[in-house]
Amino acid sequence: MNAPPNPTRRRLLASIAAAPLLGSAMAQAQPARPATRAIPSSGEAIPRVGLGSWITFNVGNDRAARDASTEVMRAFFQAGGRLIDSSPMYGSAQEVIGYGLARLGRPADLFAADKVWISDGAEGRAQMETSRRLWGIPRFDLMQVHNLLAWESHLPTLFAMKAAGQLRYVGITTSHGRRHDELAQIMARQPLDFVQLTYNLFDREAEQRLLPLALDRGIAVLVNRPFQQGALLDRLARRPLPPWAAEIECSSWAQYALKFVISHPAVTCAIPATTRVDHVRENVGAATGRLPDAAMRARMAAYVAGR
Amino acid sequence: MSEWWTYGLRDLLLFSQRTYYRLYELYNLEWWPLQIVALALGIAVLALWRRGGDRAGRAIAAILALGWLWVAWAFHGQRYASINPAAGYFAWAFVVQALLLLWFGVVRSRLAPAPSVRMRQRAGLGLFLFALLIFPLIGPLLGRNWTQAELFGMAPDPTALATLGVLLAINLRHVGWLFPVPVAWCLVSGATLWAMDVPEFWIAPLLAVGSVLMQAWPRRPGK
Repeated sequence: MNAPPNPTRRRLLASIAAAPLLGSAMAQAQPARPATRAIPSSGEAIPRVGLGSWITFNVGNDRAARDASTEVMRAFFQAGGRLIDSSPMYGSAQEVIGYGLARLGRPADLFAADKVWISDGAEGRAQMETSRRLWGIPRFDLMQVHNLLAWESHLPTLFAMKAAGQLRYVGITTSHGRRHDELAQIMARQPLDFVQLTYNLFDREAEQRLLPLALDRGIAVLVNRPFQQGALLDRLARRPLPPWAAEIECSSWAQYALKFVISHPAVTCAIPATTRVDHVRENVGAATGRLPDAAMRARMAAYVAGR
Repeated sequence: MSEWWTYGLRDLLLFSQRTYYRLYELYNLEWWPLQIVALALGIAVLALWRRGGDRAGRAIAAILALGWLWVAWAFHGQRYASINPAAGYFAWAFVVQALLLLWFGVVRSRLAPAPSVRMRQRAGLGLFLFALLIFPLIGPLLGRNWTQAELFGMAPDPTALATLGVLLAINLRHVGWLFPVPVAWCLVSGATLWAMDVPEFWIAPLLAVGSVLMQAWPRRPGK
């Protein structure tokens, strides 16, 4: 396998994009756009908040719910979002995304991220082709191996597809803090563009090894479960938002939690899922305005830990 | 799935409570007024039960089998499968249960209402009445829309519970094969509801386990 390109310059660009103060003067003159961070392997900048689809977009044949999902996607794109993530594991979510994209005129800004999730490596291409048809797009920007399932078989396929121009980035995912040892080994040895993992105010194991490794290896990081599927927000809702949260322009616990996640130097984009238009606006809004620096991040973590 | 034992039920959940009950709403609206027919069939089971005899037993088995087949096709196959990839397997399990009911109940006539342990008879009748009349009210009483009600012969949970009620009340003659599918469904359904934080998740599993325990009650007809 080839080693990934030297990411030094790209990391510099990424760190510039991550500057805590992001065009506040501009923000007053026009609708704030979400901050972006560069994908280390290419330098392409993507907004730091994306849109997940686990559970929320699995609405089956319910036309009204599909239309509601379309409105969530519309609000997401209008707010400046780009990256939508799904998986063949998520029931009808891919089909619902395709339904929405068709009604939104297939937004040119879409950054389509999906996964291959099948134990037989030989069937990976067929599954990805089915996913592509469900989305109704010419190709995926990012294809990831879901939960490391048969990664030894799938990764060579994905790298070959990338070389052939059939997708732009290759990644691998885990969630709920599982199999970090194996993931670290893969990250150290494979020329991955992306890795997806769970990271939030309460699940911070990734800070120990995976996030530094991603930074070191020049691998972009997508963060799933930034709200622990809502459980994190339920816990935090019992407490008042600290007054100093205003210093980083937080108006809700959701923004507090998201700003914490996306301000980590290794994190490229968080992908919260929602069924609500106001929530998707709030989520993307977390990537506008001030972001916490290291000292503020420590303060945020200590506050929610009750210290 | 690797390290499957590290996954909790909530990790495997693919849909929300809202989507799940919206499924029932769309299903009920699609098939209205078939619900009235289903209720009438449930009442017919009670009448046949009261009458007793082999022919009544055959008719009860046929009605129950029809309910299982209908739920397999119309609910699992046409609705639930759109949000749960496992629904196809559930549909096949329901077909198997229908075939078992037809074989044991219609062909071999082993569901004939006959003297049974009185306590079990009462429990079976109570469970059947609960599934037919009370179960559909639980959701609306907890704040869900009436259109999302789960009805005997239409929805899996009350169909399974009603079947267990019949099985309890009659004098079973070597038809233990009829228990596994409804009991397993009640456990699966309870687990799914628990994962979705549905407050009444415990009802179907508790009644199913209770029916198994009651079935093990010593058989002394008429006492």
